[in-house]
Amino acid sequence: MKTKLLNYIRILLLPLWFIIYFNLGWLTDTLVYDVFNMTKGTHLTESVWFFIFEVPKVLLLLTIIIFVVGIIRTWFSPERTRKALEGKSLFTGNVMASVLGIVTPFCSCSAIPLFLGFVESGIPLGVTFSFLIAAPMINEVAIVLLFGLFGWKTALIYVGTGLFIAITAGWVIGKLHLEKWVEDWVYTLKAGQAPEEEKLTFNDRIKRGFEAVKEIVGKVWIYVMIGIAVGAGVHGFVPQDFMASFMGESVWYSVPLSVLIGIPLYSNAAGIIPIVSALIEKGAALGTALAFMMAVIGLSLPEMIILRKVLKLPLIFTFIGVVGTGILIVGYLFNFIF
Amino acid sequence: MEIKILGTGCANCKNLEKAARMAVEELHLNATVVKEEDITKIMSYGIMRTPAMVVDEKVLFYGRVPSVSEIKEMLTR
Repeated sequence: MKTKLLNYIRILLLPLWFIIYFNLGWLTDTLVYDVFNMTKGTHLTESVWFFIFEVPKVLLLLTIIIFVVGIIRTWFSPERTRKALEGKSLFTGNVMASVLGIVTPFCSCSAIPLFLGFVESGIPLGVTFSFLIAAPMINEVAIVLLFGLFGWKTALIYVGTGLFIAITAGWVIGKLHLEKWVEDWVYTLKAGQAPEEEKLTFNDRIKRGFEAVKEIVGKVWIYVMIGIAVGAGVHGFVPQDFMASFMGESVWYSVPLSVLIGIPLYSNAAGIIPIVSALIEKGAALGTALAFMMAVIGLSLPEMIILRKVLKLPLIFTFIGVVGTGILIVGYLFNFIF
Repeated sequence: MEIKILGTGCANCKNLEKAARMAVEELHLNATVVKEEDITKIMSYGIMRTPAMVVDEKVLFYGRVPSVSEIKEMLTR
């Protein structure tokens, strides 16, 4: 009863969302030019305008998308994904695992129980890896930021290339038959019977959507602010085409260098994408920027350390090598096309 | 009543432990709250998402951190 009532109140917030979102440009103009009384065209004004416009825009987009995704995700679970993947052949399994990796709720802190649960029920190593690559790399926060700051084309390219990397990298790892590099205790583990799935009413699902907003936006808003603040500084103060000499298309080593720098750098999508968007504006090539972004988001040191519990070092390095190569190919491909 | 919090030490696991302790305290339950961090023991409960809450060896929920009031509701049901 209480949930229902709260849900109605929450739904009433929706029109307010639309009013603010579609009047942001005008609101920012008023605030910057009339209230702050800043002169048009100076570096500082450009930066301030960018910050005041982009922060609420991205946060509003995040809120609505995470809410919707949070509801959709109540129909998915690792348990169901596992069942869907059981007995699938290598290639089909890789494709399915990658796609399901996008929609299945996943947090890198659950990577170990998930890995164990998959392996235990006989899902091939390569298929499990496809899931473990896609799940963190293609997430709703990244998609929203790319959509908000670059537009839907770049967001689609990111999802498409992310899927391509997850499918092929998982397939390659499967073909290499690296089971010997999984820690031995993994195969002797006895997992218990999975608990019954909870039954949710539609109101419960809406509530879960709001819980997801509270959890994720509550965590990433600070990174969004910092990322956009740095991006705003670059936007206003860094000269046009400044980045072309480091990250431009003509610099052949820029792609591998971006990947190498990106792997140990750990940030979430919320922090890195606004900065990358500003870099592209100043002449960085799309492929190079894409490769950098994917290396930062998709290959993170903390996750490798977590996975070290179940994987021997050679497998961790193979994993980084295979995914890194995939990112490299994507980077060069896009520099070549655009 | 024995309450176990299953989790390998991530932030959410700590949040759940805190919430569980508060729920127990507010309900004046005669219960112990222990943390289970051993992954082989965690897996024996058949879950793939942490954190999870186990009450008297039965999994109550997993993969999320409900609010204190929701945990109280579940514990008294």
